[in-house]
Amino acid sequence: MSKIKVNDELQEVTLPLTVTGLIQLNNVLQPDMVSVQLNGEFVERGEFDATELKEGDEVDFLYFMGGGC
Amino acid sequence: MDFTAEQIERYSRHILLQDVGVEGQEKISNGKVLVIGAGGLGAPILLYLAAAGVGTLGIIDGDVVDLSNLQRQVIHFTPDVGKPKVESAKEKILQINPEVKVVTYHQFFTAENAFDIIKDYDFVVDGTDNFPVKFLINDACVLAGKPFSHGGILRFDGQTLTHLPGTACYRCAFHSPPPPNAVPTCSQAGVLGAIAGMLGTIQAAEVLKFLTGAGDLLTNRLLTFNAKTMNFRTVNLKQNKKCPICGEHRSITQLVESEQAVCEIKSKK
Ligand SMILES: [Zn+2]
Repeated sequence: MSKIKVNDELQEVTLPLTVTGLIQLNNVLQPDMVSVQLNGEFVERGEFDATELKEGDEVDFLYFMGGGC
Repeated sequence: MDFTAEQIERYSRHILLQDVGVEGQEKISNGKVLVIGAGGLGAPILLYLAAAGVGTLGIIDGDVVDLSNLQRQVIHFTPDVGKPKVESAKEKILQINPEVKVVTYHQFFTAENAFDIIKDYDFVVDGTDNFPVKFLINDACVLAGKPFSHGGILRFDGQTLTHLPGTACYRCAFHSPPPPNAVPTCSQAGVLGAIAGMLGTIQAAEVLKFLTGAGDLLTNRLLTFNAKTMNFRTVNLKQNKKCPICGEHRSITQLVESEQAVCEIKSKK
């Protein structure tokens, strides 16, 4: 098992794993609506499938929040 | 500006603060702030900025007060149902603090009026309830070099970031608006009323920090919280080289409005 941080929380995952795989593992409700930062850099949506994670990576999932009214 | 004895008493708790003082209160009193949307976020933002003595408060909102607003839009009271939100908000602001100059715009913020309205203000606050306008505020402020606070709430969650020219913008993190109805709004999915107060008061604090220069703004950071766990976190952001409006290859050089999305969301209300 390898350790990566997702939204500041440590997760144990089995590599190889892509960003798309991590999104699935985390049961993200709307996978096509999430913004992803990997080690402080945004990953373009089109690159989710091809981006491989490695031990120690820090991933942030950011979600749309459109309310205010 | 020379404060009267009454003003010194009214603002004494600000003046006592080492980071604010008389000088900071003067900056607040000279400040011009535009609040877009007099709803869930706009209500606490406007109430606190009025109480703080912000010199000029602009309010833009084309809606009238609806009974379903009163669960969280604490600037509007039951007898206000049916009244334009900007009028209802102005009445409360002047009761809290008659010194505030209130400018009302009973209309929606659009690509046509955006630049003309924001040009008169030092700082813009997003208190709107839909993505097309949130992106429009970002684009207008980035293109005009205007500082602003983004805020979004949904269900038990909230998020906010502050933008100054040269720092990460909303599009740096969220490239473009989601397709209509892909992400629910509060009117579709609901929101815990107090969440609006939690996030709106954070935005109001950012405005006062901006005006006085106190502390560190939420620039290059996205603050998110979930009220179920009461976990708050800030995610560090940096300007995204691929951002369509502030990145290296800019595809957005003028304002465009996703009209259709606005209409669809409006008709859902
Ligand atoms: Zn940007």
